[in-house]
Amino acid sequence: MSISRDQVLHVARLAHLDLSDEEVERLTAELGAILDAVSKVSELDLDDVPPTSHPLALVNAWAEDVPHESLSLEDVFANAPEREGDLFRVPPTA
Amino acid sequence: MTALVDTLRLTAEDAIGLVERKEVSPAELHAAYREAIAERDGELHAYLRTVDEAEGTSIPIALKDVISTKGVETTAGSKILSGYVPVFDATVAARCRAAGLTLLGKTNTDEFAMGSSTENSAFGPSRNPWDPMLVPGGSGGGTSAAVTAGLAPWGLGSDTGGSIKQPSALCGNVGLRPTYGTVSRFGVVAFASSLDQVGPVAKTVRDVALLYSVIAGRDPADSTTVELAESVVLPDEERLAGLRIGVPRQATALDAIEPGVRAAFEAALARLEELGAEVGECELPRAFDYGIACYYLIAPAEASSNLARYDGVRYGPRSDDATYREMVERTRDEGFGDEPKRRIMLGTYALSAGYYDAYYGQAQKVRTLIMREHAAAFEQFDLLATPTSPTVAFPVGDKAADPLAMYACDLLTIPSCLAGLPGLSVPCGFSEGLPVGIQLIGPQLSENRLFRAGHALERSLGLDLVPERLR
Repeated sequence: MSISRDQVLHVARLAHLDLSDEEVERLTAELGAILDAVSKVSELDLDDVPPTSHPLALVNAWAEDVPHESLSLEDVFANAPEREGDLFRVPPTA
Repeated sequence: MTALVDTLRLTAEDAIGLVERKEVSPAELHAAYREAIAERDGELHAYLRTVDEAEGTSIPIALKDVISTKGVETTAGSKILSGYVPVFDATVAARCRAAGLTLLGKTNTDEFAMGSSTENSAFGPSRNPWDPMLVPGGSGGGTSAAVTAGLAPWGLGSDTGGSIKQPSALCGNVGLRPTYGTVSRFGVVAFASSLDQVGPVAKTVRDVALLYSVIAGRDPADSTTVELAESVVLPDEERLAGLRIGVPRQATALDAIEPGVRAAFEAALARLEELGAEVGECELPRAFDYGIACYYLIAPAEASSNLARYDGVRYGPRSDDATYREMVERTRDEGFGDEPKRRIMLGTYALSAGYYDAYYGQAQKVRTLIMREHAAAFEQFDLLATPTSPTVAFPVGDKAADPLAMYACDLLTIPSCLAGLPGLSVPCGFSEGLPVGIQLIGPQLSENRLFRAGHALERSLGLDLVPERLR
């Protein structure tokens, strides 16, 4: 199971990673080898087996709708790289 | 004052006794560990940072750096969180505080707990107290090295596929990965949410049980948590009459298990029989044939989703770029190390259109098979046993360039993690002068049974687990 350079670039775009050329090259080889190993799961015929997303058989954890104190705005922005008033400031989207 | 306290041998239980009898104050105890850290941590790098003030009324504790601590930087071993100071405590940190425990410091971890050696930490690897040329295991190598080297009486780690149990085996201490859902994940930096569990690491099974009783139980802030079925019982029995222990044939058949590890494990099984346990063979064919493949689809898929939050907007370092998209892409490329990038890429691919069913969907079905196999084994046996790690501690650098070789370190710990089962690693002997751990696995919520078996074995073996070079 190999993965092409174009596929790696496509996945990097989905994952919001600006990989360097060197990283793209290395990851193309490494992901190919890892996918070879994990593709083993497709050997099994599991049409009748339900998937497990969570190891405990929990159903709906209800909580009373009780108002409680949230973080203060000072706390919310304490680690922000850039703040403008009560907003996180980011570069323009285009 | 330090003369009163030999941090290399003092158990948490005995340390609590010293404080309760007022023979040592919490501040003096804290200072004794700080002194040990000053003396030995230059070499071991178990801690990423330490805390000067002893605030608590009881003994100190070390917390893995994936656990949010209010006012104390928490990085998860990643550059992308450097400088991040949480404004709230993780529930487990708050419960430790409420129990009077004093934070000694934050311990090193593979970046985002992804690794089996701590070599993936952005801040440099930790070292094994038995031999600093060797890794302490991972991802919780920092906490484990600290406990073995007398730099903390006990600590908390987090375990996704073996990050508590494997370092405990490689450093020669006791580590519990609790039943999924018994310990809150609120405020713990997320890696793979259907697998992550926080758990205790200490010198003895009783200490581990005691710390588990501090952190376990339902948390309204984590809706995946459950209340314990029974309260934690500190083990004191020395016999195991009637306990049925199953050894999975497919696990012990693995060529990857070193001869010395196999010998120590088999001697431990013989000892368990002498204590009254009945040891038999069981079958877990899919768990050991397909466990790693299943795990390395599910965990990276969940990681790729969890790590999407690191975008340079709300916290962490940010790249200086002209547009929002460029800023996010470069912040992430510069902030994440190689292993998180590999897993983000792998997980994103496995979840992407056209591949989801073949990879992630199929892995979730394999997970069902692995759970069923364990359930069938527990119809015949009370506990299962394997070596915790196929090898003893290996040299720093040995597997660093080969991701698949590193992934294979967790061959024996992964299957039970996928099934949400509790596992306890207990030192069971030595190979090449290095500690070997036995992994005991129980049904969900059977922690008390694990403590009983682990304690009886530990007492009977009576191993000296202080590294020779530190005695």
